[in-house]
Parts: sequence; structure tokens; C-alpha cells
Amino acid sequence: MKEKVISGQVIPINQSNIDTDAIIPKQYLKSINKTGFGKFLFDSLRYKQTGTLDNYKDREPNKDFVLNQDPYDKGTIIIANDNFGCGSSREHAVWALKDFGIQSIISTSFADIFSRNSVKNGILLITVDKNVLDDMFSRMSKSKVFIISIDVNKQNIVGPDNLNVDFNLNDADKERIIYGYDDIALTLKRREKIIEYENKMKKKKPWLFDNEE
Amino acid sequence: MADTLYDKIWDEHQIAINSDDSSLIYIDRHLVHEVTSPQAFEGLKIEKRDLWNKSSIYAVSDHNVPTNDRESGIEDKISKLQVDTLIENCKENDITYFDLNDINQGIVHVIGPELGITQPGMTLVCGDSHTSTHGALAALAFGIGTSDVEHVLATQCINVKKAKNMRINIKNKLNQFVTPKDLILYIIKKIGTSGGTGHTIEFSGECVSNMSIEGRMTICNMSIEAGAKSGIVAFDDKTLDYIVGRKHSPKKLILDKAIKYWETLHSDSDASFDTSFDFDASLITPQVSWGTSPEMTVDIDGKIPDPSAINDVDKKESIIRALEYMDLKPNQKVSSIMLDKVFIGSCTNSRIEDLRQAASVLKGKKIAKNIKLALVVPGSGHVKVQAENEGLDKIFKESGFEWREPGCSMCLGMNDDSLSPYERCASTSNRNFEGRQGDKGRTHLVSPAMAAMAAVKGHFSSFSD
Repeated sequence: MKEKVISGQVIPINQSNIDTDAIIPKQYLKSINKTGFGKFLFDSLRYKQTGTLDNYKDREPNKDFVLNQDPYDKGTIIIANDNFGCGSSREHAVWALKDFGIQSIISTSFADIFSRNSVKNGILLITVDKNVLDDMFSRMSKSKVFIISIDVNKQNIVGPDNLNVDFNLNDADKERIIYGYDDIALTLKRREKIIEYENKMKKKKPWLFDNEE
Repeated sequence: MADTLYDKIWDEHQIAINSDDSSLIYIDRHLVHEVTSPQAFEGLKIEKRDLWNKSSIYAVSDHNVPTNDRESGIEDKISKLQVDTLIENCKENDITYFDLNDINQGIVHVIGPELGITQPGMTLVCGDSHTSTHGALAALAFGIGTSDVEHVLATQCINVKKAKNMRINIKNKLNQFVTPKDLILYIIKKIGTSGGTGHTIEFSGECVSNMSIEGRMTICNMSIEAGAKSGIVAFDDKTLDYIVGRKHSPKKLILDKAIKYWETLHSDSDASFDTSFDFDASLITPQVSWGTSPEMTVDIDGKIPDPSAINDVDKKESIIRALEYMDLKPNQKVSSIMLDKVFIGSCTNSRIEDLRQAASVLKGKKIAKNIKLALVVPGSGHVKVQAENEGLDKIFKESGFEWREPGCSMCLGMNDDSLSPYERCASTSNRNFEGRQGDKGRTHLVSPAMAAMAAVKGHFSSFSD
């Protein structure tokens, strides 16, 4: 398997239940594109004024927010508390994280739909125990510059002060992160199987396929 | 082997088990709205891929649509482009689309059941987390991201890992003025916003058996606020009564065959669940969310939590943060919270029973002077017409509410209906996240009856006062 290592500055967001409305507010969901959402990541926390898709420049950054502080503004890995990505199914949240440059998120738990969207877009979600998370937050409170290296193949994180953490990752997600599959092409290879199932169901449950008015 | 309802629908739709423990699952119905679909259609176009089964798809615009002055169209150019893009994509692909001025238009999770598109035993997906709503009809329904929307459009399937089984059993009956909304807020308060993560929740027990289908939709709708992608309720006579005769329901000739299948849609009596909770409906009082997560909810007679009494550091900090955002004081009485706006609507609470419930409280009363705006946004064209036939619109208008056209509206404020900074709203919607209803806006989640009561009093109040 191809080797993949994600290295970079960690951005600490010590909050639970970070919802996808916070990751990307609704007004930006009006875009019909998949790119360009990075500048709106955590928008309402990042700027003092509300922005819109056609009017977002010339706003005052909120200096208190971590993404407006050096060195976090160049971070590529987020560490956050429980239930990250809860709420809306908007994949725009993942597109915003990715477009900003986030490659991995470390937390104690992630919401289901968000997890799925992340893997589909090549963002590695790492679930760790509470004590590991607390330890990382505590290390980061001592040093702003906090660069870690995540070895996807070996499922291991190393960082300053002998930080060394193993994590679980199933093979399918690992391959997806490393190679970025075209899932539709893979499923379409099973076309015959799907058709076979469908034909069976057309006989068993005809009402499902006869839904015209 | 004894199966849960979820096991049964899952097995029925499983085409193959993949090497990574996920399964290839067949999807019977796909609902599409304007916000989470353009990139999916674009992706298909780029790869020159066709739709697998266009007749399995129904599309509608709901998130971006204006709720007044429909005739002049959508003023906001960016919103208009998104809606026009959906219309164009539906035209190109020959997909059924319910136009803005069609009586069938409405919130996607209101019109699915209403038009008979949602049926028992189906798998149903939509690029929207509140797809869990449709589980009220014994369907397996869940929200998906745009990549999966594209995947389902192209393959009619999804690769997904099976969730665990959770049962939430609710005994006894709800008291007067206590609604399904209060029940689900209460449950979320008890099990937390990640309590159901990784599970499909089956709601059962006397309380659920007695509950109307619309009430079941309200509780299944907010399963996602407990972290569960799907909520589900077993098929029974109420489900059957609801389904028969709807626009897209099975036609007479095959109805008997369908019913025979539907009657198997319940958990076997000895089925085992990974996680179980038991609640007593008779102990529940009207609920009001006070904070910025749906689990931050208290009884109407309760007080705002005091972080100094909380030991858990994370919990304490999130309460402090929420108190600051919501501009509330520890130990403050819920009834002392003064409101600026009231919103009755959303996929949680915009159906005819919700509107009847609110109207019964409002009848003959006026909204308080401090309420700057009180909105009723029916969930669909059909709900609107039904309410007008019953004279509910008059009750709302005479009390000072505005009577609007169907859409998601102020639940998330993608259209013009939103909170201004620091405004406080009693809302029948489902999320009280920071900025959800408008930047810096403050949301309190309540039932339609409580929203009506709050509109009249200008603040929250129990029904006995």
C-alpha cells in the first residue's frame, strides 16, 4: 500500500458538539459549486460581521478565534471535543474543512453523517479516548506551535514531548483516505447484482415500481 | 431468529455484504432538494453517468424559497440560481419536480408522507439530516451527504454500515398540553445529543401506539438531534389508515399484496436491542430548550442550569458558553424569558395537527406587544389549504400572526425569514445551534402549543397560569 503521512500544525478547539451550522453557516449553502468554501470555514466565529456569498470581503476578523491566530491559521489538523460534526448533513462542512487545508480531525466522537462525508472526501477522522484527548489539549496549552505527524498506514500519531498515540482505522477507510476511490465506479461494477435484486423485488413488491399517479 | 424492525428492512434491502463490514443497500425512494443536490448532478454530468431509476426520485425546492409574495418569484439572485439549477437538472433528467406554485410543494419531509411517496418498509434517503422523519411510517429513512446523493442517483444503492439497534419504550400517555415535541425534547435531554449515535432508534410503547402518525413524524424527525440517523416506528392500523388513498400510494390492484408485506413490519417480540431506554410519558411536562444544543432543555416550570453546580469540566464550560450566547442567568426561571419573535413551522412541526394545536391556544387572543413578528409557515400547500378550510388561518391572523407560504423558512433562515442579531425566538423547529435562525440569534425550541402560548404572553408560560 502507498505510504501516507499527514503532518502539520494542530488547531485546538476545546468544545463539544461542534455542529455543521457552525462549521459552515447556511448562507453559503446557496452555492452550486463544490469548491471555495474554505474562506467561510467557521465563518460566524471567524468574523465580526455576517458575510454572504457575494459580500464577504472587508470584514473584521475576530482575533479571539483560533483560526485567526498564528500559527493555527496555517493548521492542517483539528483537535476537538465530543460529537464533532453533529446536526445538518451538509457536505459543505467537509468541503469547507478540506478547502481550508484540514486533512485530519482528532476527537473522542464524531456524528454519523459527518463521518461518512469526511471519509468520502479524504479527511481522516481519528477517534481517541478522552484521556488521550485531554493529554493533547494539555500539551498544546504549553506550546502554541504543535506539529504532529500522522502515519495513516501504521495508524500512529507522533508529536512533541514524545507524544505517541496509536489509533484504530478500518482497512476500507484507510484505503479510501490513501487512494481516494471513485465509489460510484466501484458500485457500478456490481451492476448485474443490482439489476438481479431489482428484478426480484419488482415481482415481490411491484407497488414500489409502479408509483406513477 | 428474532429480528427488530430495522433488521428486517435492512435484510430486505441488502444486496451484498462488503469486505469492510458495510453493505450494499438498495434505495427505494430518493427525495431531492435544491441545497444538497447541485454538486451531485454536476458530478454525474462530468463523468457522463446516467440516473439509475428516475421514477424513484421526487424533487422540490424548500430551503431557499420565499414564504410570501410567491408570484413575483425569488428576489435573491443566489437563491434563485440554486432553485433554477434544480429545476434545470430535473428537466434534463426527467425527474418529477413540484414547482413553487404547485399545491404539492412544501418541505420535503412533509410532502413525502403526505403524497404517499413514503411507504412502509421502504428505504428512503435525502440529502438532509431530517430524513429520519419518514421512519414514522415504518420506513428506513436517513439523511446523506451530497457525495452519497450522487451515488444513489447513479446506482440506486448506498454502501453503508449497519447501525446498532436501540429501543426507546415510552409507557403511559402524554398529559394535556404535552405534545410529541415535548416528548422528543425530553428524551434528547435525557440521552444527550450523541446518545443515539451509531444507532437506529425504534420508538415503541403505549405512548407511541396511541400517537398519531404526524406525532410520530415529530419524534422520528428529531432522532437526528439525539445523534441517530434514523428513527422508526412499527407499522400498525394508524399507519395503514394514513397511507391508503394518497396520491402516490399503492393502487387498489396491488394494495392487498402491499398490506400483507407491511403487516410484517414490526420487531419480533423476542428481538434483542443493543441499547434500550424506558420513559414514562405521564411524568413529562412541556419542555423549553434554553441553550445552544437540543439537549440543553428544561421543564417549563424549571430553571436555567447553574454551571457552578456542575462537576464535569466540559459540560460546565459548554453551559457557561451557552448562557453567554443566550444571555441568560443561572437559576433564572424559564417563565421569565422574554421573546422577540415566534416561529411555527419546519419539518418538525408544520403539519395540520401542529397548526390545530397552536390555533386552539390562540383562539380569541392577541399576541403580546413585545412580539415583533409571529410567523406561521405551513409545511406544504396541502397543509395550507386544509388549515384555511378549517378557518385556522383566520385564528392566526386575528391574533397577530402572519400566515405564509410553505417552506423551511425560519428554521434555518436561508430565505428572508430570520432572526436579527440578539433577537430571541420561540420556535417549533429542531435546532437551537448558535446562529441557526440568523447570525447571533437566540432560539428556544418548543411545541406549537407552547409557541402559541409564548406569543400571547410575550414570554414562556405554563398552561395552568
